[in-house]
Amino acid sequence: MSLRIPCPHCGERPVNEFIYGEIPQVPDDITGEEARDFDFVFMRNNPQGVQHEAWFHVYGCRRWTYLHRDTVKDEVVKHDLE
Amino acid sequence: MNEFMERKVKLKWYEPKNAYDVIIIGGGGHGLATAYYLATRHNITNVAVLERKYIGGGNSGRNTTVIRANYGIPEAVRFYQRSLDLYNTLEQETDRYMMYATKGLFWMAHTEAGLRREYARAEMNKAFGATTEYVTPKQIKEIVPQIDLSGGGAYPVLGASYHPQGATARHDRVNWALAEGANQRGVHIHQRIEVLDMLKQGERVVGVKTDQGDMYAPIVMSATGGHVTAIGKMAGLRLPIRTHPLQAYVTNHYEMDTFKSIVASTDLTFYISQTARGEMLIGAEIDPQPSFNYRADHRLLQTCSLRAMTLFPFLRKLRILRQWTGLCDMSPDYSPIMGKTDVDGFYITTGWGTWGFKAIPAGGETMAQLIATGETPELIAPFALSRFREDRTKADRGSAGTH
Repeated sequence: MSLRIPCPHCGERPVNEFIYGEIPQVPDDITGEEARDFDFVFMRNNPQGVQHEAWFHVYGCRRWTYLHRDTVKDEVVKHDLE
Repeated sequence: MNEFMERKVKLKWYEPKNAYDVIIIGGGGHGLATAYYLATRHNITNVAVLERKYIGGGNSGRNTTVIRANYGIPEAVRFYQRSLDLYNTLEQETDRYMMYATKGLFWMAHTEAGLRREYARAEMNKAFGATTEYVTPKQIKEIVPQIDLSGGGAYPVLGASYHPQGATARHDRVNWALAEGANQRGVHIHQRIEVLDMLKQGERVVGVKTDQGDMYAPIVMSATGGHVTAIGKMAGLRLPIRTHPLQAYVTNHYEMDTFKSIVASTDLTFYISQTARGEMLIGAEIDPQPSFNYRADHRLLQTCSLRAMTLFPFLRKLRILRQWTGLCDMSPDYSPIMGKTDVDGFYITTGWGTWGFKAIPAGGETMAQLIATGETPELIAPFALSRFREDRTKADRGSAGTH
């Protein structure tokens, strides 16, 4: 079964109705404006575990929703509205 | 290592040593090719290849085996053409049969913009050493009689770029041949050794900590796929990599020797070829969400089959037999990341997204040259990790995005 995203307006819908939106997180130990900007644009946390992310329901209500997803199990762990 | 491989592949197993000249993390195509070229071209054989599971068991054994050089930017065309040339002679060189078959690859244009793109691709490829030409719908129909040139009405085929050198090879056999070639010359290949951490002296990487003890080497190279972010983190390196799954599937048997080419379409985002077993192999783009999960899902079959049937109505009569997933390390500009890093003693070859298999010989050759001489070969200099900081990204999504 493919990944399903719980949309607060439309209910649980298949992933191909959505567009993935990354939330870049620059580590605190990177200092300096330029270094932080560079990291924000290019570098990725790419965690094996739970990450915070955004999804745009493009073939639905066309609204953003935010949630935590486990990238190893590829399952939604917790919705931000919970 | 499975039973089949034990019968087929002649490898000598060694006890892990405490120190090597070079340690390569990852026993897939790129890791084994680097070991192979280090041994054959530079006579460096005090090398260990560390593999967490069995060799070629990661993404080297999960790809769709397309070999081509018709990329969209000059640097990539030069690099992949070198790879193609090496592949052409690799069977002879290693004396191993890899089922290398030159098939020719079409890239379809369905719109006027698409036509311009394929014209441009053909001309650019010719200028930088690859053989790509523009072909008309009539010429396409002659070589691929199964195609519906009307594209179901919605995606008419207006023309295509044709890359006659496009080929496929058996991925396991490529891995095994490179492993055997390296192993015969004294390279240690260790399966079921997992790297847990890097051993560092100050800022410098001097070895790896594994679940079977520490190993020291002045040069540690990561050739891992899928888990490279974790390996980079151990070395203190942050990478611009996001890992996405990519799925592909095969249908049941279709008449042999009737579908001889590889056909790709950017607008329909799919590609198709026939395997040596007669199955029709269909692949598409990466999954939308970053994930480390090997789950294969129905969504891809639903959407991709529909697109494939637009050009090839005969697929309607076939059934899907098998589906699988691999992990793709996607770089922000869809080009590989190779060479030295900011961490001394730690080299990297990653960002092989959906274009890793075709790059195995050239990737191995250039990384071996870098390790042996300490100088970055011209061929891979544009693909250094530092290009992001220097604002010299090599954007090539249009031609690297699918296969």
